Amino acid sequence: MSGLFVHTWWMSHRRLKALLRNPGLVVMTLVQPAIWLFLFGGLFRKVAELPGFGAASYVDYLVPGVVVMSAVSSNMWSGMGVIDEIERGTLNRFLVSPVSRSAILNAGVIEQAVSTAIQSLIIILLGRLAGASYPGGVLGVVVLAVASILLGAIFSALSSTMGLLVRQRETIIGLSVFLLLPLTFLSSAFMAKSLMPSWIQNVAAFNPLNWSLDTARGALAADPDWQAVAVHGGWLLGLAALMIWLSTLSFRSYQKSI
Amino acid sequence: MQTTAMNAVEADSLVKTYPGGVKALDGLSITVRPGEVFGLLGPNGAGKSTTIKILTTLVRPDSGTATIAGHAVLSHPDRVRRVIGVVSQRSGADPMASGRDNLVLQAHLYGMRGAELERRVAELLDRFDLGDAAGRQVRTYSGGMQRRLDVALGLVHRPRVLFLDEPTTGLDPEARAAMWEEIARLAGDDSLAILLTTHYLDEADRLAGRLAIVDGGRVVAEGTPEGLKAELRGDAVHLELREAPDEQRVRSLIAALSGIREIVFDGRRLSARADDGAAAVPIALAALDQAGVPVAAVTVARPSLDDVYLRHAGRRFAQTDEPVTAGAGGAR
Repeated sequence: MSGLFVHTWWMSHRRLKALLRNPGLVVMTLVQPAIWLFLFGGLFRKVAELPGFGAASYVDYLVPGVVVMSAVSSNMWSGMGVIDEIERGTLNRFLVSPVSRSAILNAGVIEQAVSTAIQSLIIILLGRLAGASYPGGVLGVVVLAVASILLGAIFSALSSTMGLLVRQRETIIGLSVFLLLPLTFLSSAFMAKSLMPSWIQNVAAFNPLNWSLDTARGALAADPDWQAVAVHGGWLLGLAALMIWLSTLSFRSYQKSI
Repeated sequence: MQTTAMNAVEADSLVKTYPGGVKALDGLSITVRPGEVFGLLGPNGAGKSTTIKILTTLVRPDSGTATIAGHAVLSHPDRVRRVIGVVSQRSGADPMASGRDNLVLQAHLYGMRGAELERRVAELLDRFDLGDAAGRQVRTYSGGMQRRLDVALGLVHRPRVLFLDEPTTGLDPEARAAMWEEIARLAGDDSLAILLTTHYLDEADRLAGRLAIVDGGRVVAEGTPEGLKAELRGDAVHLELREAPDEQRVRSLIAALSGIREIVFDGRRLSARADDGAAAVPIALAALDQAGVPVAAVTVARPSLDDVYLRHAGRRFAQTDEPVTAGAGGAR
């Protein structure tokens, strides 16, 4: 057990160090969110004036949407890293060492959580620059970050699973292209739920990206709706656990296919 | 630990069939003794890499057993992993991390720490001449440097058995020669057994104390390089004739000479085996000259591993995966 802990520590250390070594990459991943916040947010500023929209300003409304969308977007690439490590032989190097198998997976989840947290907090700060306010305070911001970490975990695990099973970069790219925008537009990321067509409302109820928005907006409101936070957060947590478990299985199937 | 009595590697009747019915191993058995360099020689697809994957706990065989330094690969892979070092075909080093970081992580994974770890990492960086580049990202390393780092990574925890899977494939001749030197140096360490796979005949010939020729997933010949070649008895004599010969006539002419046998024609080339090549050449040349068959070139070669392979596998050794580097033909 202590072996698992020590190995998880060192394997995570490796990945976080790689993250630190490449701060440029973090900046790159912030270009898109900045465009959404400043340009899209500016362009559609008057949307908030629609009757029944229910938010003080559009940027206030937009920030959680951009945060969770970015979480999906960046985590959807984790399968690429998996394919790189397989092709380079790095994964096999770990598998022939005494390192705990779970530690290899844990490190992936931890790196994903840390990078998503950093990314989310920076976007929240950018949102502040764009004029957004967060009535739910620090607690609301923390819930938003946690929700985006859980959402990221779901798609990171999905992407890693595809990487381990299919081992083709095209599949990872395809996954991102096919999922990111539909998931975003079939949710309340950019438009208040009550103003969405009813079919989109129905679809959005099953969309994990929408669950994370319900969780975050519930906590960010001036009068937080903790029940909504708990219910939707619970769904997110459950799906994240399921996906991570699936990626564990696919890891085993990789070992059988070497 | 009872190191001397125990074989470094024992593999018995390994069978592995991949999905799709490709039989990678078909009853392969080898024994590697402590402290020796054992070569697995065979063309691509012969089953060398699959053998390594099974012995290093990456893959389970369909049947058969294997032990590494006394630990059963199938029932105690965790123990096996502590006593093996693996340098696989693909580097495995993290290109975005520095050489030192790679070594430090590897040492941590084997439970090393503190001053012992620092000392070991420094020692390996120094020994593999990576000291100056230790802080640089591995992606900036040359092919030879990367390969040296790979070997260092495999040695961090002082393994009892080191697996080198085609260690020089893809290296330029200079880096290849340097790697050979390094392996020869490692071979001097009596506590380390090395299992080396290669598809270069000259590499096996030069580095392996004993070797097994693998073909179709099984061992077709085994012994020391010298012993295997000596089994063939006699030198190879190759004559290149100036024009296409009347095969029957030339054959009977040469066959009449004493000490020459196994005559094979290939266009204008004639190959034969002679007990004493140097003595046979002038006799053969004189006989051909007298018969009015002009000769363009003559070579005499000691039996090579290529000849051994031809004898046991029934065909010439194919080194087809990349441009053949100098000397890879096997005639030495």
